[in-house]
Amino acid sequence: MSENILEVKNLKAYYDILKGQIKAVDDITFTLKKGEILGLAGESGCGKSTLANTFISRKKPLKYISGEVDLVGNKIMEMSEKEFKKLRLKTISLIPQYALDAFSPTKKIKTYIADLARQHGVKTNKKFFNKVKDRLDLVNLDESVLNRYSIELSGGMKQRVIMVISTILDPEFLIADEITSALDVSSQRFVATMLSNLRDLEIIGSAMFITHDISILYQIADRIMIMYAGNFAEIGPTDAIVDNPRHPYTRALIDSLPKVGIQYKDKRLAGIEGTPPHLLEIEEGCRFRARCPYSIEKCEETPKREKVAEGHYVSCWRWEELGSDLSGKK
Amino acid sequence: MEKNNDVVMSVRNLSKIFKSGILNPEYTVAAKDISFDIEKGKIISLIGESGSGKTTVGKLILKLIKLSEGKIIYKGKDISNIEDKEETRAYYRRVQGIFQDPFATFNPLYRVDRVFDMIFDSFDLGFEDKDKAIREALSDVNLNPDRTLGKFPHQLSGGQLQRLLIARALLMDVDVLIADELISMLDASTRIGVLNLLVESCKKHGMAVIFITHDLNLGYYISDKSLIMYKGRLVERGDTKKIYENATHPYTQMLFEAVPEIGERWDSDEEFLPEEIVNDVEKFYNEHKGEGFVEIEENHSVLFSDE
Repeated sequence: MSENILEVKNLKAYYDILKGQIKAVDDITFTLKKGEILGLAGESGCGKSTLANTFISRKKPLKYISGEVDLVGNKIMEMSEKEFKKLRLKTISLIPQYALDAFSPTKKIKTYIADLARQHGVKTNKKFFNKVKDRLDLVNLDESVLNRYSIELSGGMKQRVIMVISTILDPEFLIADEITSALDVSSQRFVATMLSNLRDLEIIGSAMFITHDISILYQIADRIMIMYAGNFAEIGPTDAIVDNPRHPYTRALIDSLPKVGIQYKDKRLAGIEGTPPHLLEIEEGCRFRARCPYSIEKCEETPKREKVAEGHYVSCWRWEELGSDLSGKK
Repeated sequence: MEKNNDVVMSVRNLSKIFKSGILNPEYTVAAKDISFDIEKGKIISLIGESGSGKTTVGKLILKLIKLSEGKIIYKGKDISNIEDKEETRAYYRRVQGIFQDPFATFNPLYRVDRVFDMIFDSFDLGFEDKDKAIREALSDVNLNPDRTLGKFPHQLSGGQLQRLLIARALLMDVDVLIADELISMLDASTRIGVLNLLVESCKKHGMAVIFITHDLNLGYYISDKSLIMYKGRLVERGDTKKIYENATHPYTQMLFEAVPEIGERWDSDEEFLPEEIVNDVEKFYNEHKGEGFVEIEENHSVLFSDE
């Protein structure tokens, strides 16, 4: 058990709003091993970012409902904000989406880093800045960026500074939320590779990489988890998810990705018809069934999470029977 | 460039230099010496990273900014300098744009129908039954008119709003549509639907599309011809397949190396540094001094030096 950095069991976290409850994270179970990069993918509004926020801060209207989260021995759902604060940046660290837009335009990068470190009770002495400089060097940035303002840096450079800041205390668990989506393809490759390098150098323990782009996850993730409308759809080793998906939604997501070499004239790709259900009006049953080409009557019951192989789980009534239908290249 | 009767618009030596500051002005070359043709019913991809000048080219064609040099020839006439209100209106009647963020395009306080009312107010589209025309255009883009009309922008998804704007372009029967990052804010699953629709509409209605994107995969999927831009220059131009199979400019090659693809992993032994492209391109230009923009095979040209 000690090999697992994170264990999440039947986690539920809803948004409490006037109209009712938005079931953004509804019964999610997974584990994250030490040294592993887990990719988390799904469409917008599927609950991927909410899942990350549930770990970090449950501000209103987001409300923890039930389930367990064990982060290296800490039951973080039961912790008070005061206790949890000690874990931040050292044990768990989050790079939120659009973090690169959150720099203060009036502060130098140096001041920004120092302020942040002090808030976490870290002494900003020479030793600390030497470490910062080493890390900047690691992400191929010159230490002169410390004396620059954020507007002087490109998006890719800012994102690298963000990565240095959020990993400065060598967190055991890093959540990276859409860190590549606002970047150019060249910076995308660099930043994604950097995440995997930080893990190889044991600067970070494990990471959860949230993105809607499975082709990036294919490059660096060890395992991939797919979410749909607040529910768990499938989790498994990257190659198994890509080559041998068991959930019709995973298949459809992969099929909708264009690739170099496929032109409209030769082969028409298909998107997924329809839209996900509104999370306020969730009924019993598989949430994908309205859009699923394989749905049957049974799908009106909520599917159970079943084991396909070691480390590979799926929530679909028909996974066994569909088997090769989903993996076949049609 | 080859003669072709299907050409609806020709862009010749387009340049845009931005000036900032008054006493010690700084000049930024956002686009320099851009030339290409747009053919009827064809999609041309304009691919580049941020700061490459791709959006500037789109804005120049849409006359949202003034060009510094060059010509934009539409129906045999240079439209780049027309200032006459009626002439400008006639131009916008047939040349339109759709941009990245649909939620920024629509005014959140008005119902989505307003985008149709606006074109009917501005132009005489010659429809007897406006309502019927709108409904037909919406059905054309796979939107259910009853579930779309009368809604506010926040009640529709990004993909639906973009479809609605395509419907508007179809209703106007535009000749040239500038689609600037049309789908980059959409989910992977809805992207393809909008793309397919765009291709079908352009084939069906003979509309020409300039598809501005940073995504090579999407550019390849959708277009017959491609333009690759880097630092305001057109570095490769020609048949999409030829550019992809025989990428010659170091910048184009770098883009191909960086694009993430399922089924092909990045080479982890190779150190990939985005900054190095500047040096690579400079070296490439130095090695080919004086060669300029050269056609290396039929319908495939490359910028070998940037004097």
